[in-house]
Formats: sequence, C-alpha cells, structure tokens
Amino acid sequence: MTQDIVAGIIVGLLRDMEKSGEIDLPEPCGLETPLFGPEGLLDSMGLVSLVVGLEQALERDHTVTVSLADEHALSQRRSPYRTIGTLAEFAVQAAVAS
Amino acid sequence: MNQTSMPVTFITGTRKGLGRALVEHYVRLGHAVAGCSREPIDWHLDGYVHYIADVADEQAVHAAFADVWFRYRRLDHLINNAGIAAMNHSLLTPLSTLNRILSTNVAGTFLVTREAAKLMKSANYGRIVNLTSVAVPLKLEGESAYAATKAAVNSLTDVLARELAAFGITVNGVGPTPVDTDLIRGIPKAKLERLLARQAIPRMATPEDVANVIDFFVRPESGFITGQTIYLGGV
Repeated sequence: MTQDIVAGIIVGLLRDMEKSGEIDLPEPCGLETPLFGPEGLLDSMGLVSLVVGLEQALERDHTVTVSLADEHALSQRRSPYRTIGTLAEFAVQAAVAS
Repeated sequence: MNQTSMPVTFITGTRKGLGRALVEHYVRLGHAVAGCSREPIDWHLDGYVHYIADVADEQAVHAAFADVWFRYRRLDHLINNAGIAAMNHSLLTPLSTLNRILSTNVAGTFLVTREAAKLMKSANYGRIVNLTSVAVPLKLEGESAYAATKAAVNSLTDVLARELAAFGITVNGVGPTPVDTDLIRGIPKAKLERLLARQAIPRMATPEDVANVIDFFVRPESGFITGQTIYLGGV
C-alpha cells in the first residue's frame, strides 16, 4: 500500500462528503490539499468522519487494520491530518507498524 | 455475512451476573445480541455471539467490533456493563488494584464506546448505555477506587453524549443499587444493609429493574434523551 493509493481513497471519501453537501472540494485536489487547520477543508466533525471512514475503507477493501487516532490531531505543526498527503503517509506508516 | 433486520445489541461483561441476564433479556426481545468477557463462557444461547475480549485490550476490542460489522453490517445498541470492584479502605488498596479497576471500568468503557460509535456512525443512529453505580452519589466509604472509576464513567456519559450527538448516537447511564451478583459478594451483610437503608426504596435491584431503564434509553423514541444518568431505588 502506497501513499498514492491511500491518497486516492481519501479523495474518494472527500468526494462523497462533497456530494452530501458537507464540504466544497477544490479542483484540482492532491497531496498538498489542506484538510485540517488553517484553510483546511474540514471542521472537527468532518475530520472525525474522514478518519473513521478511512480506517473502515482500509479494513474493508485492503484488509489492513489500523488505528489513525493521534494525540497530535489538533496540533497545527505536528498533526498528521494537515493535508491529504500527511494523512496518507500517516496511514501507510500505521499499516507498516501494524 | 449475516445481515439482519433485527436490532443488534452489544453487551460487555456477559460471562455471568447482570451481563448474562441482559443477554437473555435482549435475545428474548428478538435482538441479535453479541457480547464479550475476558474468560470463555460455559453456557450457550441461540441468538447470542460471544467474543473473548478484555475491554481494556484495544486490539481485542477492535477485532470484536470488526467481526460484528462483518456479521451484521449494523450496530444499534451498546451496553457498557463490564466492571470490576474492590471493596477496601483506601489505605489498604495497592496501586495495582487501582490500576486494574481503572483499566476495566474507565479505559474499557472508553475503548468499547469508541469502536462501537464508529459502526453506529455509519447509520447515523445508535444508543449507548453505561452502567454506573450508586457508589458515586452515596459516596460509599470503602469503595473509593470503584466510586472514582464510576464517577469517571459518568463524565464519559456526559461528554460523549455531546460528542456523539451529531452522529445520531445517544449516551446515557444507569446506576443500579446493589444487585445480587459476584460484584458485591465481598461486602459484609451489615454494611450492605446500611447501604440499602440509605435508598428511598430499601431493597436490592434485580436485573429486570436495570433492564427496564436500559429498555427506555434504547427505544428509537428516546432519541432526544442523552447525557442522562438514572439511579435506581430513589438514590
């Protein structure tokens, strides 16, 4: 599982959230797209939805069980949820460690 | 995979006592019931699926809920019943005992609720009921560690009710008076009688008394009731 594959899953989840009117997804969106924090797409509840959705997608479609909970979630500097790219990399690292 | 139209109810601490009685109650009501305990069970009931999982073991809890999702594709109710107690004066309570009670009663409730809420969120619907205790409002001496963990459970009920409301999930608590289970076997008879005398209705609770309150909290019509804790016996 690579960062690009996970990023693709994240974008898919974000598109679902866009369809349900929760967010406005910028075009194009990619690894640098901010998720959470200054100029981020998501409020705290949106972040919860995305992270839980990503955990479930990884388990359902890739049989990878990871916990993406992180104590630095709300830290602007160290949060793994800053961008699509940092979240994807965080998930890959978690999968490697699991 | 066994998708079901019946409500799916997960209960922790089901090997014996109140947990087992709640399993029997909700199977009787037609729910698909799953549950867990640290040790294997020596009984069987059609309609009930058992997991051997310590509620404080993050991986075991996750695995149990992953299987629940695989089997039923839904989770409607969670009853956080698992709990342990140690009746002892604080000056005679070792740190290891405190940590053990904290682990099961607080970390366990937190972990199980977290994993259950992830499944409930998918349907934007869920009912969570935490078992607390009259040891908190009665400030029972000799139960400082137990009462402190149940006070923490009350805080979890209050805060999680707010955090999970956006996902259609309610979180409430029920605090029984002593029920005739192993949990209170170590309490001297005289002390138990003094405790019961402090209740408006001075008798032990039955599993049916507890189930009655849980039934109310988990009804679909109770969607506007959250963050509430009901104590039995008029405490």
